[in-house]
Amino acid sequence: MSALEPLLSIRDLKVYFSIASDSPWPWAAAGLLKAVDGVSFDIFPGETLGIVGESGCGKSTLARAMLNLIPATSGSIVWQGQEMCGAIAPAWQAIRKNVQMIFQDPLASLNPRMTVGQIIAEPLRTHFPQMSKHDVMNKVRAMMVKVGLTEQQINRYPHEFSGGQCQRIGIARALVLEPKLIICDEPVSALDVSIQAQIINLLMELQAQMGLALVFIAHDLAVVKHISQRVMVMYLGRSMELASKEAIYRNPCHPYTQALLSAIPLPDPRLERHKTLQLLPGDLPSPMNPPTGCSFRTRCPKAIASCAVQRPELRALSADTQVACDLLG
Amino acid sequence: MLKLKEIDDMVAGRSLWSDARRRFMRNRAAVISLCLLLLIAGACVIGPWVLPHAFDSADWDAMSIAPTLKNAHFWGTDEAGRDLLVRCLIGGRISLTVGLLATLASVSLGIAWGATAGFLGGKVDALMMRVVDMMYAIPYLLIAILLVTILGREFYLVVITITVFSWMDMARVVRGQTLSLRSMEYVEAARAMGVSTRRIIFAHIVPNLLGVVVIYTTVTVPGVILTESVLSFLGLGIQEPMTSWGVLIQDGAKVMEVSPWILLFPAGLLSVTLYCFNFIGDGLRDALDPKER
Amino acid sequence: MALLEVNNLNVQFATPDGVVTAVNGISFALERGQTLGIVGESGSGKSQAVLAVMGLLAGNGNASGQALFDGQDLLSLPASALNQIRGNRVAMIFQDPMTSLNPYLTVERQMTEVLELHKGLTYNQARLRAVQALDAVKIPEAAKRLSRYPHEFSGGMRQRVMIAMALLCEPDVLIADEPTTALDVTVQAQIIALLRDLQRDHGTAIVMITHDLGVVAGLCDEVLVLYGGRVMEQGSAEAIFYQPTHPYTVGLLGAVPRIEQGDHALVAIPGAPPNMARLPLGCPFSERCTLVEPRCFNTRPALVPVDAQSEVLRACHKSALEVRRYAQELKL
Repeated sequence: MSALEPLLSIRDLKVYFSIASDSPWPWAAAGLLKAVDGVSFDIFPGETLGIVGESGCGKSTLARAMLNLIPATSGSIVWQGQEMCGAIAPAWQAIRKNVQMIFQDPLASLNPRMTVGQIIAEPLRTHFPQMSKHDVMNKVRAMMVKVGLTEQQINRYPHEFSGGQCQRIGIARALVLEPKLIICDEPVSALDVSIQAQIINLLMELQAQMGLALVFIAHDLAVVKHISQRVMVMYLGRSMELASKEAIYRNPCHPYTQALLSAIPLPDPRLERHKTLQLLPGDLPSPMNPPTGCSFRTRCPKAIASCAVQRPELRALSADTQVACDLLG
Repeated sequence: MLKLKEIDDMVAGRSLWSDARRRFMRNRAAVISLCLLLLIAGACVIGPWVLPHAFDSADWDAMSIAPTLKNAHFWGTDEAGRDLLVRCLIGGRISLTVGLLATLASVSLGIAWGATAGFLGGKVDALMMRVVDMMYAIPYLLIAILLVTILGREFYLVVITITVFSWMDMARVVRGQTLSLRSMEYVEAARAMGVSTRRIIFAHIVPNLLGVVVIYTTVTVPGVILTESVLSFLGLGIQEPMTSWGVLIQDGAKVMEVSPWILLFPAGLLSVTLYCFNFIGDGLRDALDPKER
Repeated sequence: MALLEVNNLNVQFATPDGVVTAVNGISFALERGQTLGIVGESGSGKSQAVLAVMGLLAGNGNASGQALFDGQDLLSLPASALNQIRGNRVAMIFQDPMTSLNPYLTVERQMTEVLELHKGLTYNQARLRAVQALDAVKIPEAAKRLSRYPHEFSGGMRQRVMIAMALLCEPDVLIADEPTTALDVTVQAQIIALLRDLQRDHGTAIVMITHDLGVVAGLCDEVLVLYGGRVMEQGSAEAIFYQPTHPYTVGLLGAVPRIEQGDHALVAIPGAPPNMARLPLGCPFSERCTLVEPRCFNTRPALVPVDAQSEVLRACHKSALEVRRYAQELKL
């Protein structure tokens, strides 16, 4: 049984965007926005990898590069042993049956002029054009019930649903092909707290039922820790720490992870008011011009001179923790 | 544990089009304009068959008479004794037909041009939009005169001439809308699903374009009708004995001081039609505005 | 006498679908130097309540009840008198710093305007005060940054500028409407710490509107839990967080993943946010409540103290004991 074979292996993935420079002169060099600057990780079948980071860390770009919605500049994306980076469109088309995506804005990710039934049926029509209409509709109905909608709603339009229900439709659409991996790009950030819990529970249930692997991207570390087995922390396009969820919470190694954890407001007045806060000074550097060496050094409380010289790589510190910091291990 | 509240059992959903239609019907000015427009169009089609006079027959007893019930010249006659009402309605047929044909042609051309440019993007888009800019720069009247002089004043040539100068607005608008639709999350979702480019354009982009297209069409029609009137006014449009509102206005302008009705009726009819299109366009814009969901 | 006393505040909107009551019978008292947190999800009416107090409701909105600030009823003041108080003694900061600052005016211009208007300072005096205010909110190189435009600041910085502007006239009350929702978590922590410091230094009372229970726990002394425009539970932060006595509060606390605890299943409150145009006759939460009884749909529960000694108010037909038992079952 190849349970230890990763479904998806990302090695040193880079996504750079060429941005027109501010200067009006035609020969002025274009700026380079390093949205994703060398990220590596594996995803194993049936597990959830959480990717957490603040704005500008490149997590959304990473999600899209994994599906070739944004072409990767360099690096390797290996799906079940097959190298996909730079592959031609038909090769990607074949794996799209197995890798699907759920988006952040539930309503915006649904075509307002299509009915729910048509939306959920679209992946089936795209990948299995010879399937009969009857079979398609049966699958659609079954999927709607599975995600907590009722069959009677099949002819309704997205704007007639609430945010949480729209996200259920998005999940149904992603699941109807029974993929092996689903990439969730901030799927609950736009929802109310009580609805967030519904959707998180639903995803976890469906994962257990269908044996899905999930990549769960969010900015809320508490949510990510709840749903994932392993967590990767990103900053300015690079991964700072990749560890099991227990290790990330009980023993955060990277200074950024520590600052991130201490900043999370706890719904517990006594704990919250007596905790030591590690405030990060300064602002996020521009991804057009990241600091040399370690990109976190401009705000790191433990930075020393040598941090500016060489970029630290993600290194295993223990069985379940990898950190990108030269001062550790 | 409580069950989730049951949604009512209605099977059919409320599409955005039916929502828009409902909102449109609430706009009184737009609905009245629509009725008025249909009335005018209906009169133009049926009127000349029903009325006693032909549009080109001269009534020697009644030359240049003011509107009167005698001889059933309800809107009077012109200097050649031809009944003005019938001529206005016949002229309406021509003006509206030219208007609709030229609009149809320019809208089709505009959509094709704009959607292609918007979806392909990059250098192709830049090139196609420069062509549009060039067309704007060309003084259409000079070209119209040139074309008419060389090719003659056939009906279809008038339509072509007008089309050639009316498609650019639609192209620009459609291109802009396509650009913004391209970056919509549901288009991204379709790409992530592996939907083919062709199907993305037809199933995702075009249906969401139609709102804007409909609105701009109602803006194009009056422009086209006016262009036709201007051309006819300058003697470059429809040939005698065929007439259009522009021709009638030209004739009427010549004898404005003596027989003002010859100018007033066709001009009034043209104005009312243009106003109607305007109000309908406004109503459609408000009805299709996604923020008013 | 409390600094800001709101009694039975109601806010109604005239919409094409009929009259919508966004806020229904909210009362609270804010003392000097105290922080009140108003917690709720979408449709709870939390933003509309404070907008009504500030006189910033939309054209079709109508507020009734009382909002006594230092004895004066803000809801019945004419615009001229209200303008003396707004920005001067009662200040407000909003959720999106991008749209709350005028992009066409420099920060300097926007700040000096406030001072010239309310404190009658000259331009130079105002400028000096503005620099001091920016320093107080820890914006580096305040004097240089003063002449910049809002878009030249990052999101967190813009929010600090807003806070600085709000505190320029040293108001007695600061109303913060979801000030950190649009910010990253590390920036949010900075802003919350800043608000706490400023409160300690100036003794400003703060009304904090948010949906984030963690923010409330860190900053607020008193908490108001709203649902469907009505108060569900109201009391001290200690009581609300450690001994919630309303099913909605229990549900909210259980729905948030706790990073400091082991993983327990999240409590998913079933259903969807309320349709404000069609609220049930009885308790607005009845459609989603796990402990619901038939009378909850028809009779609205009154907001009463939990027991004779308690200052916690709750609006629920079930007894506090039953709700506490339910909470314990969920291990809260």
